[in-house]
Amino acid sequence: MSRVLWGVGVAGLVGLSVASLLIGPAGLTPLQAVSALIRGDALAETLVMREIRLPRAILAVLVGAALGLGGAAMQGYLRNPLAEPGLIGVSGSAALGAVLALQTGLAAAHVLALPFAALAGAVLAVLIILALAGPRGGSITLILAGIAVSALAGALTSLVLNLSPNPFAASEIVFWMMGSLQDRSMIHVWISAPFIGLGALILLSQGRNFDALTLGEDAAASMGVHLGRLRLALVLGVASMVGAATAVAGAIGFVGLVVPHILRPLVGARPSALLPASALGGAVLVLMADIAVRVILPTRDLKLGVLTAIVGAPLFLHLIYKTRLQGQL
Amino acid sequence: MKLTAPLTGPSTLALRRVSKALGAALALWAGAALAGPPERVVSINLCTDQLAMMLAAPGQLISVSHISHDPNVSVMLEQAQNYPVNYGQGEEVFQLSPDLVLAGTFTSSYTVSLLRRLGVEVAQLPIVNSLDAIPDNILEVGRLLGREVEAIALVAQFEADLTALRADSSDMRAALHYANNYTSGERSLAHEILTAAGFANVAAEAGLVGGGTLAMERLVMLMPDLVISGQPYPGASRSEDVLHHPAMDALRARHAAHALADAEWVCGTPAVLRAIARLAMLHEGG
Repeated sequence: MSRVLWGVGVAGLVGLSVASLLIGPAGLTPLQAVSALIRGDALAETLVMREIRLPRAILAVLVGAALGLGGAAMQGYLRNPLAEPGLIGVSGSAALGAVLALQTGLAAAHVLALPFAALAGAVLAVLIILALAGPRGGSITLILAGIAVSALAGALTSLVLNLSPNPFAASEIVFWMMGSLQDRSMIHVWISAPFIGLGALILLSQGRNFDALTLGEDAAASMGVHLGRLRLALVLGVASMVGAATAVAGAIGFVGLVVPHILRPLVGARPSALLPASALGGAVLVLMADIAVRVILPTRDLKLGVLTAIVGAPLFLHLIYKTRLQGQL
Repeated sequence: MKLTAPLTGPSTLALRRVSKALGAALALWAGAALAGPPERVVSINLCTDQLAMMLAAPGQLISVSHISHDPNVSVMLEQAQNYPVNYGQGEEVFQLSPDLVLAGTFTSSYTVSLLRRLGVEVAQLPIVNSLDAIPDNILEVGRLLGREVEAIALVAQFEADLTALRADSSDMRAALHYANNYTSGERSLAHEILTAAGFANVAAEAGLVGGGTLAMERLVMLMPDLVISGQPYPGASRSEDVLHHPAMDALRARHAAHALADAEWVCGTPAVLRAIARLAMLHEGG
């Protein structure tokens, strides 16, 4: 069963990646597109394929995987299906860090300042959430703390962008709150991929510890899980992935909520299986959303977060309702 | 009828009062119009700032818009620094007690109607979309300021310079590329600057009319010989990231020549001649 599921997932990822490379306003035939991408024969077509569409497709996969895996890890650690990086303010705080790095000129002075600043913002938010929600992650405190952190990060992001001397900055509040992959370049791939890869390694290596944690903290500790180390891995892993993803694509919400929710019944409740599956599922979801924004409004920059929220928010309401029925809220 | 009489009484009175006030205002306005050129002129639009500075008599122009002090868009920075600035707000402008306010068609309609309600004469000048419309604009400002002679001289100079500058059209194709992939197609001042300098505009080839966005993919596919970028502003923005996207840099790297669309491209004033001259030079050199 699980092997079939992985096969379907990987096939979907490959199919959607190809579709993402073939869809665009330049009007290339599939043959021209493939030839330009692989052989690089015609200059214009090659630039379109290698410098515009390829980074976009790669970033959709990286950002999606980061958000899906980040969500599954937060939920595994807090043992709460409502914990999602976007909803609890981790993405928003990462965006604030990124905006600060851009507007202070740090990002222009050093190329890695942007992802590091976003990572710092994300670390801060994860620490605040963990401190407020406590180790068990009670739903009410988690959501309330998340609302407060998101609201503050969003307000400060708007403030920084409104104070910028650049006349375009203020109009980009929407980008930082909703996310988009339009006109990104390979530079964005290079600055985000190492952080996302490192975060993924950290989180995936903790799969068995997350499994043990489903039995409760005491049981996990008695099985030899070092809870302090697990928490550190969670903070660094989630912040690294979500920070880098947000630095290049803005804050895209609900991916980390929708994907683990759909996959949990399919792969079983074991986090060690859910974590990699959510990375794959997140990549598929963001690829789909990024293709959809180009098909629905090809001439406008429709934000990814708009689509993920339309899918994710009703699901979030459903989850709250279910949690209440179970008497956990 | 009798019952309604007490009601109509005061209302007709009010009406009479209004019409009396209107009459007085009209008389005042007519008086001002007859009294000769305005003595206190305030400009609240970057483009009217420039025409007013070129044409006004000494002391006639008492304030220009703060945008005239922005080096990114203002071509007459040094001259503008001799004038106090305004931020185009109704209350602030009214306080200067102007007898003429020069504004653009897209100046906030609230500000314009507020000033008019307060009895200030406001002239709104249209956006200039072609080189041919520049003389009309100069003459209009000249008429408003009572400086017709100076305006006619300026127009004559402009037209002579333009005729001398106009380059033969060639097969060199240029693209304008601003923040957010904004560009200018046919029926825009930037398009006419390009064509006057002998370049074909690729955005017009793509069917764009006026200003608008053209996806970077499409711009790359059009393979322009010259990419003319917008001037980057201080501070950072994602909108301006597209100006130095690797794909655009690769297009630029194909030719040695490159150019910046700066303040000289913004307004329909004789400053566009300098933009045309610089472009035409590139064209001959490249």
